[in-house]
Amino acid sequence: MAQTLSEKVWDRHVVHAGNAAEPDLLYIDLHLVHEVTSPQAFEGLRLAGRGVRRPDLTVATMDHNVPTAGIDQPIADPVSRRQMEVLAENCRQFGIRLYPMGHRNQGIVHVISPELGLTQPGMTIVCGDSHTSTHGAFGALAFGMGTSEVEHVLATQTLPQRRPGTMSVVVDGELPVGVTAKDVILAVIGRIGTGGGIGHIIEYRGSAFRGLSMEGRMTVCNMSIEAGAKAGMIAPDDTTFAYLEGRPHAPSGAAWEKALDHWRSLTTDHGATFDKEVVFDASALAPHVTWGTNPGQVARLDGRVPHPDDALDAGERDSIARALSYMGLSGGEAVRSIPVDTVFIGSCTNSRIEDLRAAATVARGRKVKTGVRTLVVPGSGVVKEQAEAEGLDRIFIDAGFDWRQPGCSMCLAMNPDTLAPGERCASTSNRNFEGRQGRGGRSHLVSPAVAAATAIAGTFSAPEDLA
Amino acid sequence: MEPIHIVSGKVVPLDRSDVDTDQIIPSGWLKRVERTGFGAGLFSQWREEPGFVLNQPEHARATILLTGARFGVGSSREHAVWALLDYGFRAVIAPSFGDIFRNNSTKAGLVPVELGVEEAAELMSAIQADPDLEVVIDVERLTVEAPKIGFTAKFPIDPFTQHRLLEGLDDIGLSLAHADAIMAYEATRADWLPVT
Ligand code: SF4
Repeated sequence: MAQTLSEKVWDRHVVHAGNAAEPDLLYIDLHLVHEVTSPQAFEGLRLAGRGVRRPDLTVATMDHNVPTAGIDQPIADPVSRRQMEVLAENCRQFGIRLYPMGHRNQGIVHVISPELGLTQPGMTIVCGDSHTSTHGAFGALAFGMGTSEVEHVLATQTLPQRRPGTMSVVVDGELPVGVTAKDVILAVIGRIGTGGGIGHIIEYRGSAFRGLSMEGRMTVCNMSIEAGAKAGMIAPDDTTFAYLEGRPHAPSGAAWEKALDHWRSLTTDHGATFDKEVVFDASALAPHVTWGTNPGQVARLDGRVPHPDDALDAGERDSIARALSYMGLSGGEAVRSIPVDTVFIGSCTNSRIEDLRAAATVARGRKVKTGVRTLVVPGSGVVKEQAEAEGLDRIFIDAGFDWRQPGCSMCLAMNPDTLAPGERCASTSNRNFEGRQGRGGRSHLVSPAVAAATAIAGTFSAPEDLA
Repeated sequence: MEPIHIVSGKVVPLDRSDVDTDQIIPSGWLKRVERTGFGAGLFSQWREEPGFVLNQPEHARATILLTGARFGVGSSREHAVWALLDYGFRAVIAPSFGDIFRNNSTKAGLVPVELGVEEAAELMSAIQADPDLEVVIDVERLTVEAPKIGFTAKFPIDPFTQHRLLEGLDDIGLSLAHADAIMAYEATRADWLPVT
């Protein structure tokens, strides 16, 4: 029978087939661990006298809590420090490889795994982190889970799972100049909504995705969870293989050829059907900015913030009004007229080398608007190293951007990088929830190019708006 | 996990949609390495507003949270479930849930009750009119009832999860019962697959 990509990967990982009453038991090829969602899971193992079944399929790093400045100093926040120490202790006790703060391979978990070549097509990958969907860019089935499930995977290397629905998101045609992967996914979420993907695995199809680099595909798949989806996937192709070849954990020699044969079979069969389908015309897309407090509340950069009167029903009116009030907007203003206090370039959505290059291209030879605070936070030690080798750090520093150490940083403000109440931020991250980047902070999600242009202009801008 | 058959009691009506897990438990609380003590962090930003529904004395000691669509979307943090449980909630009623939140709930012993949009709206109005209205959730019959007003509705939970909730079963133990199948599967894994 004709199958979709996600069904193929799913079927190849069933350890014990379920039925109407019982879920399938899926084998997990790779388990990524970070300091925030794992301590209670390791504690659970100890209480039950269980071990880690496959430490060799498990890897850990520190990302959420790590400071991005002064990392040679002791961590000021004792609670953060304790959480990182606990991770190190747990990894030591259970024999799990850890990339700790200061290690060149340390970084945001969803940046380091692809970079190490651990993320490969057709694998099942999990992490106690919702943005695990990122790894779907390689044609892996990758999804986030809670701490009880982290414990489950540590103990068994499997997870009981009900088969989700399938959903196809097609974007065909050529993206207009200046429209990036981030704009595509913001437009998709704006259309299908924050619940549009609930209970489904999205497969992104069509020439617009084929034309994206791996970094761009990761940006797209990363935000699948923002549409509520279980996972997001893109079929692997020559772009994928070229990215993987030669990475530390990628197969080599004869194994590479064998792997390639398998990887090439990972496409949706002709005639396979999806439970849901949406289609977009790439040529009609534009740069997008979120205006509200969930990632479905987006507007075009050349558009206006909606007004509660635009709502279709009372519920929507209410949520627009609530979001506007939190965001300190009145509704109806031109997006380009809104001034920002801060610009954050980073996060597992947009902190890879290509993202930094895009931002640096805009920053080169220009100056950040006086009064605008900026942070550029590379996704990993390796990204930082490469950026510095290319001289991107100099471009940023000369333009007045603050160049930092790798980590999650202001994406969720668990470390000292936070917004103050009322502070308005253009952010390349993935969540504009109330208080996400600091209590009372106002987040607008944008692409790296728009973030850099906004830092220079002081109001939301595209690179071509700059003098 | 303790077996759960019936959840009954007063209901807090949180009439908002898209309540994400960052709102349920803000990230500052995630630094704890224990599973307990998260109740104080539940909706901690919203609780700073005196008018917030959880601050109203008539809603004290409720065991059920009634809320809008897409409850628990966003971050995978199970801390959101622990915070709701620690505060005293045993069930959440909503028209829809974030997938990961829903999963986490049933692992930790919080019952996710999905009602139709209209049923949820009807119950919302009834609770807003009478904060003392008693609601009974029956995990065995998969029903939500408010006897005083004659409200009754069904909700879906798959048979496996229902069985686990009713028996208070440890998921890990159930999977380990398939140890032979896991070993057999491992023997068939391709040799190029990466190790860390
Ligand atoms: S960068 Fe942000 S979204 Fe990504 S893993 Fe870190 S905290 Fe989560």
